[in-house]
Amino acid sequence: MLHFILFLFFGAICVAGAVNLLVQSHPINSALSLIAVMASLAAEYLLLGAEFVAAVQVIVYAGAIMVLFVITIMLLNAGKEERSKGSRVAILLGVPGVLIGGVLVAWTLLYRSNMQAPVPIGALKGDPADIARLLFHNFLLPFEVTSVLILIAIMGAVVLAIRPEAVARGARKDG
Amino acid sequence: MIPLSYYLLLSGILFVCGVLGFLIKRNIITIFMSIELMLNGVNLSFVAFAAHWHALSGQVFVFFVMVVAAAEAAVGLAIIIAVYRTRETLNVDQVNLLKL
Repeated sequence: MLHFILFLFFGAICVAGAVNLLVQSHPINSALSLIAVMASLAAEYLLLGAEFVAAVQVIVYAGAIMVLFVITIMLLNAGKEERSKGSRVAILLGVPGVLIGGVLVAWTLLYRSNMQAPVPIGALKGDPADIARLLFHNFLLPFEVTSVLILIAIMGAVVLAIRPEAVARGARKDG
Repeated sequence: MIPLSYYLLLSGILFVCGVLGFLIKRNIITIFMSIELMLNGVNLSFVAFAAHWHALSGQVFVFFVMVVAAAEAAVGLAIIIAVYRTRETLNVDQVNLLKL
């Protein structure tokens, strides 16, 4: 019973944060509500027994990635968004389609599936030792490939964000 | 004891909110945050299915999704900075030319 109350509480925070992200017009408010969504998702992971995933969710998602977002918003001094004509077509056609799809999926999940089996709390322990064993034995090759991927992404970010004048100045200094 | 379908429903709601934000938002940074919201919804269903099928590899895949999200955030925000530097706007409707 307590688990169900906790699930509802954090799920409500999740949904409220996601809706708030849509409603707010200033990007910094959207970013803060996204942090709330991620933090309460970490609590949901804890309810599912995934302790390590919950910790990484807080550290990487709510910490590192959202700091990147907030710094970019501040760096670019982003203000309120203005509405323009192009967005009206997307609202008229896209929003009903997405809502119909979402309602169909929800109906299928609730009434037409055999997913009603309850998930026992703590049946699957996601403690770091087990995850590390899996990550460094069965998934060793994907793990190494992702390390190369993130290295390339860092270099790409530097190349994209650097000022062309700075590169020219550096070349002049060298030569 | 919470049914699996409730977790999947929550993940579906988050995903739908992300798609809606992608459609109706005009600020390029907020569109980017909607993509992160969709990735989070998918992660929740990964963890829920991992608990349901007693397969820990579902949780390992969450880490791969997180790495992809981090790489995507780094490159995407660098692209946003480059776009802002050349066009001085964050509205996606005004970014409609490939070449200036």
